[in-house]
Amino acid sequence: MQEFFSGIGDSLYKLLIVENRWEMLLEGLGITLFIALISTILGTVLGFLVGIVRSTYDLQLKGKKCRKFSDYLLKALDVVARIYVTVIRGTPVMVQIMIMFFVVFATAQDGVFPAILTFGINSGAYVAEIMRSGIMSIDKGQFEASRSIGFDYKRTMIYIILPQAIKNILPALGNEFIVLLKETSVACYVSVQELTFTGNMIASRTFDIFTSLIAVAAIYLVVVLVISYLLKLLERRLHNSDH
Amino acid sequence: MITDNVLIKVDNLTKSFGDLHVLRGINAEIDRGDVMVVIGASGSGKSTFLRCLNLLEEPSGGTITFEGVDITDDSVDINKHRQKMGMVFQQFNLFPHMTVLNNLTLGPVKLLGQSKVEAEKNAMRLLERIGLAEKANAYPNQLSGGQKQRVAIVRALAMNPDVMLFDEPTSALDPEMVGEVLEVMKQLAREGMTMVVVTHEMGFAREVGTNIVFVDEGVIVEQGEPGEFFGNPKNPRLKDFLSKVL
Ligand SMILES: Nc1ncnc2c1ncn2[C@@H]1O[C@H](COP(=O)(O)OP(=O)(O)OP(=O)(O)O)[C@@H](O)[C@H]1O
Ligand SMILES: [Mg+2]
Repeated sequence: MQEFFSGIGDSLYKLLIVENRWEMLLEGLGITLFIALISTILGTVLGFLVGIVRSTYDLQLKGKKCRKFSDYLLKALDVVARIYVTVIRGTPVMVQIMIMFFVVFATAQDGVFPAILTFGINSGAYVAEIMRSGIMSIDKGQFEASRSIGFDYKRTMIYIILPQAIKNILPALGNEFIVLLKETSVACYVSVQELTFTGNMIASRTFDIFTSLIAVAAIYLVVVLVISYLLKLLERRLHNSDH
Repeated sequence: MITDNVLIKVDNLTKSFGDLHVLRGINAEIDRGDVMVVIGASGSGKSTFLRCLNLLEEPSGGTITFEGVDITDDSVDINKHRQKMGMVFQQFNLFPHMTVLNNLTLGPVKLLGQSKVEAEKNAMRLLERIGLAEKANAYPNQLSGGQKQRVAIVRALAMNPDVMLFDEPTSALDPEMVGEVLEVMKQLAREGMTMVVVTHEMGFAREVGTNIVFVDEGVIVEQGEPGEFFGNPKNPRLKDFLSKVL
């Protein structure tokens, strides 16, 4: 028994203390969080715009004939948006990041920027669908009431539809952030020194893959739990102001 | 006839949804101060007709002239004209994320350029009128159905419209709340508001209607002032309909 515990102590000592490896893990976590955060922002902005295009097309033009130049423009944007969403959601993020790193940014020294771009673009496709379904789920009567008062489509969106839609999709957006945070681990394959990569690197020095992988998994888990908790708090706050 | 007095003129209005010909040539004239009550069986096209009047449905053919302007013309800015046509829905459609007061002031502030103070003063006056001033800061989900519908009516009135369109405003209400909503509408009619009302409330039609219109399969088959209309219906389909609802 004593041997077992001293064995764990020894493993942890090698994992964390030797060469100040805990600092390396912390740095890795920092990069993971940084990539997740920036690409969530990028993905949300991108997804927001694409979702607006998709739902505007669905609401305004679907099943009708194009008449004005702006109709054709909207139709073209919708086709592009649809291709984007289909391709991104239909291919593995692993392949996407490799294409970004080895093809698009073949000369890049550092993988962080390509990684952010990949995850941002990837997440944007999912956020776009969340956004679109959020808008489409608002009762048609809300549009009609607003239009009957005399608001045009744009102002109806801004004053009436989006405030309701965004509030409804916040939980899904929070979930998307958590998914993305875990997904960033594939960036280790393009040598971004994020958490998973750091764990691997330490394992290659300690020859103790088990301990470092478990440690890395535990760190992800704790971070996800903390974020989930914060999101729940936020949700409750919103729910209390629910009307 | 003083053509000046005509507020809305509908000429040969048609509307199809794909192969379904819902309106098949409607002609109507609504004078200022008229209360036109539209009745008919379910699916006959009453709502579609009403929704064509402010172009919530786009007509397939025919014209609608509102205050002398053909609003079916593509070059017309329909949003401007809609400001003058209030609409009240069966499902109320209040904005759930805004207080009652903000429901009333949004349009006047953003579209009519009223100051917030001015719009709120006006809104409070309207809320007082329907006895709901103390609900100004409540949210719609804190109101009963009857209260919601009365708020919806004054939300439309806050825009100072020239005509009010009602699509079965009491059909979604519990029976005990129908009266309070009809009362507001009657008062409005007495004050001379031009109204087009789709309803199954025959008592209301008789009492305040100036012109009753029976729609059947997308055309107006009979119309007249309430006494003659209810007292001496001619069309067999109307007779049949009335025998069922009266
Ligand atoms: N957006 C739409 N798309 C397809 N069909 C429609 C649409 N709106 C209405 N219809 C059809 O048009 C017909 C007339 O509908 P409308 O709502 O005008 O009837 P209504 O007289 O108001 O009936 P009710 O008393 O039930 O409200 C119905 O057969 C309905 O199914
Ligand atoms: Mg109807």
